[in-house]
Amino acid sequence: MREREDEWTGLMRLAVSGDNAAYHRLLRAVTPVLRAAARRGLARAGQPVDQSEDIVQDILLAVHLKRHTWDANAPFAPWLFAIARNKLIDALRRRGRRVFVNIDDFADTLPGEPAVETAPAGEVAAQLQSLPARQREILQSIAVEAASIKDTAAKFSMSEGAVRVALHRGLASLTAKLREQ
Amino acid sequence: METDQLIRSLAADNAHHAKPVGLVLALALLSAAPVSAAMFFASLGVRPDVMTAMHNPFFDLKFAVTLALAISAIAIGLHLSRPEASLRGWAWLLLIPAGLLVGGIASEMMLPQRLPMMTRLVGNNSRACLTAIPLMSLPLLAAALIGLRHGAPTRPAVAGAIAGLLSAGLAATLYASHCTDDSPLFVATWYTIAAALVTAIGALAGSKVLRF
Repeated sequence: MREREDEWTGLMRLAVSGDNAAYHRLLRAVTPVLRAAARRGLARAGQPVDQSEDIVQDILLAVHLKRHTWDANAPFAPWLFAIARNKLIDALRRRGRRVFVNIDDFADTLPGEPAVETAPAGEVAAQLQSLPARQREILQSIAVEAASIKDTAAKFSMSEGAVRVALHRGLASLTAKLREQ
Repeated sequence: METDQLIRSLAADNAHHAKPVGLVLALALLSAAPVSAAMFFASLGVRPDVMTAMHNPFFDLKFAVTLALAISAIAIGLHLSRPEASLRGWAWLLLIPAGLLVGGIASEMMLPQRLPMMTRLVGNNSRACLTAIPLMSLPLLAAALIGLRHGAPTRPAVAGAIAGLLSAGLAATLYASHCTDDSPLFVATWYTIAAALVTAIGALAGSKVLRF
């Protein structure tokens, strides 16, 4: 457990210093833990656990857009679990359930727990349709088609800078739309 | 969109760096301060005998109290903008302005006074104090909320209350230069009521706008 969390902190430090691959690895590493905690929270609230993927994506977006509030001298896990807990409570509240979510729900996740995706997430995909066309196309190119920023820029005859701006705006407004729904 | 795909797009956006919360808060407060100052100079203005008043330690104490409140609240607010933060270990900062006030009241008690205690406490400007401080703090409160919204406060009502204290402290600093009631008893009563009002507004607003 300790080792895993130290590894996360190391990856996040690399991510902050501009290492995109480390950031990618970190997000992939934390996702199963977030998923297990989301399932547990849903189960305790008497909700179908197959909705966990929407919550996971919601948490990941918040982690991404609020990562400037992480202090690089502090361990990453408590910061991550605080964001996740906040989002989980929010998600359960939106489903009309008021439950107590324990921070240990995240920390206690065993590595052996099932990490498979259950039902596909629908909320992000649905909000994606309400984005301006160019932002949506760029997000889809990078996320779904796995194109690089460079290739995406070439495909849409845009500068790489403009693609970066559109990508970030797209992610930010996706998050805002999820919050408002 | 599958989670792996979402992660890919987040990793691609890693180059984007958001401004630190402290910077956004500072910029927001700096743009709101002229609005509050304009409200102050248009309606109240600095008291005419300010040059003499400055030699009165109880006049100066008002600024020490209000600035200590504002600075402590800024420090706590920045702390609370981190998701894993709690008030524990930080709330004592608010004892600094309170302690200054208590010290002021104690020293005033020990000095001979022309006016009885209740007269000093009630003063002449309580109504102005209760109106001006909350009104002048509103632009600053909005700015403080904008700044904290850039962070990730997981206790939105508490963070909003701190934003209220912060803006009340700054607005009270302006108001203190107008008010001719310098007794710490007056400050402890009316400034506190005004600040409590702004804090309540901040908590209410924070619970709505500081969710992320």
